[in-house]
Amino acid sequence: MSIAIEHVVKSFGTFRALDDVSLALPRGELVALLGPSGCGKTTLLRIVAGLESADAGRILIDGQDATGKHVRERQVGFVFQHYALFRHMSVFENIAFGLRVKPRRERPTEAEIHRRVHKLLDLVQLGWLKDRSPAQLSGGQRQRIALARALAVEPQVLLLDEPFGALDAKVRKELRRWLRRLHDELHISSVFVTHDQEEALEVADRIVLMNKGRIEQVGTPHQIYQEPATSFAYSFIGNVNTFRGKIEGAFLRVGDDLLPHFQCNFAEGEPVVGYARPHDTEIVADTQETAGVAARINRVLTSGGTSRVELVANGPERGGAKDYFEVEIGSEDLSRLALANGQRVRLKSRRLSLFRDQA
Amino acid sequence: MSGATSQLAAHLSSSLTRFEGRLATRDSGLVKTAVLAVSLAFFAVFIFLPLVLVFAEAFRKGWDTYIAALADPDAVSAIRLTLLAAAIAVPLNLVFGISAAWAIARFEFRGRQFLITLIDLPFSVSPVVAGLVYVLIFGAHGWFGSWLQAYDIDIIFAVPGIVLATIFVTFPFVARELIPLMQSQGREEEEAAIILGASGWQTFWRVTLPNVKWALLYGVILCNARAMGEFGAVSVVSGHIRGETNTMPLHVEILYNEYQFAAAFAVASLLALLALVTLALKAYVEWQAARNVAKDSEG
Repeated sequence: MSIAIEHVVKSFGTFRALDDVSLALPRGELVALLGPSGCGKTTLLRIVAGLESADAGRILIDGQDATGKHVRERQVGFVFQHYALFRHMSVFENIAFGLRVKPRRERPTEAEIHRRVHKLLDLVQLGWLKDRSPAQLSGGQRQRIALARALAVEPQVLLLDEPFGALDAKVRKELRRWLRRLHDELHISSVFVTHDQEEALEVADRIVLMNKGRIEQVGTPHQIYQEPATSFAYSFIGNVNTFRGKIEGAFLRVGDDLLPHFQCNFAEGEPVVGYARPHDTEIVADTQETAGVAARINRVLTSGGTSRVELVANGPERGGAKDYFEVEIGSEDLSRLALANGQRVRLKSRRLSLFRDQA
Repeated sequence: MSGATSQLAAHLSSSLTRFEGRLATRDSGLVKTAVLAVSLAFFAVFIFLPLVLVFAEAFRKGWDTYIAALADPDAVSAIRLTLLAAAIAVPLNLVFGISAAWAIARFEFRGRQFLITLIDLPFSVSPVVAGLVYVLIFGAHGWFGSWLQAYDIDIIFAVPGIVLATIFVTFPFVARELIPLMQSQGREEEEAAIILGASGWQTFWRVTLPNVKWALLYGVILCNARAMGEFGAVSVVSGHIRGETNTMPLHVEILYNEYQFAAAFAVASLLALLALVTLALKAYVEWQAARNVAKDSEG
């Protein structure tokens, strides 16, 4: 089912959790709502589920207005961050719950319930746990049972709120690979909330990047990573070097230094912020060079084929504050440059993206 | 299998307390003996001895006198009234307790904190005051006195007054047990149930109630014990009419004042027996609840 969110607004007291959010999600995709905590992603998910009501705007599920529909009529499956398994029921009864509470006319027979629960247990590969109570399961097992329970009622849409947030790193990695596989098998339209960019980049077909109750960018993981559309998108996703300054012809003036840029839609003297990925940033060791931002080598970390160089810049023009930069270079380039800790160099960027400086 | 082993291990390690297990907080044998002796002596003199005496006094003049005292029509009527008051007060406070706990744990509303404080009022105010308040409201010279007289409704010095006073003093037990538990459990399981298609009733019966059942039972047991044992508030509104408005505690007092010690203690022994049964029930419920918690925290 496709989901359309139209001009949704939600406030809690004076705090605006969602500020005119519109979004169209095509059917069958696994979509990540990504953003820092407090950006409104969970609120948006809960509004789609019907657990929260929007102050304004509407939700269309498969083209039909679901705004006035009660939660139990929306046919959504919801997986909670802390699982919310029914603690006094066995794993089997947890999964069967959605079938048992159906109105008598729609309720499957006992044999049918057994068949469907066992099928779901097989799907999540936890059949051997069916008589356990939720408290006897590990976090990862609980989350898989919670997913099976949500799928039991054959929802049109599956919503997951920070599904792996409460798990340790290793289980998390396993589970997200598993979720991706499961989605490829079932093709049910799914939306999951996460604050973990790695998780979103790895699992999702499409990422909706949110900040302060607004959508910053929607795109494939590749687009989000390679072509960040906003200043926030740059700073939130991946590592990035930040250069603040003013436009001065073909350069960006950063303190006393001049950093060359390649695009310019900004007026002369306008305050801007430039972003460059570590692998698009280069180190110039030539002391004769006058262009580029001056910095000192702080540390060189080598692992495998690429190396990371940490640099630090502090000068009177920064008012005592230190700026840290990171450069990724190939091991061959590194040995050619022969960098030493504390050495003074200049930084340039092969690809600098400029945005108006809001700060 | 591993569950059973870990349970056993937990049991073994718990036979030494957290304090005894650590050298720094381990007390000398002398301190241990002294503290234990003081508390045991205190318990023996102030609690165990009086309890034994109640039964000893009750049976001093023999089994026949004991039975006769309980079979006395006034005693039977007192027992019946006590049971009636409890039978009305406990279910009402059960319903009230659940709804108050639900409201406080689940909703944010103006005056929520005030309601929590208010629930404790019957605990903090003297029962005599509670009785007097009812006299002030429903008594012959009270606010509704003349209106009630006009319709020939008796509340004070009659059974309704006793029931009202009992409800008042037993009001907090159920709610106070449920509120902290429901607050700590949160809303998520109920939300999950509703998303899975459960109606409000189904959610309540299948999710909310089973999650709080032990605390609920515990609250009901305490509520019942207090309802049957209440003296002060009931005494004020009762009027002490023999065979009509005397509850068991009031009947004991009357018999005692008339120097009928054997009969007084016979009825008192029934109340004491009730207390013991309550304690046993309470211990059982606590044991069951603890077992459930242990099951929950396993794994």
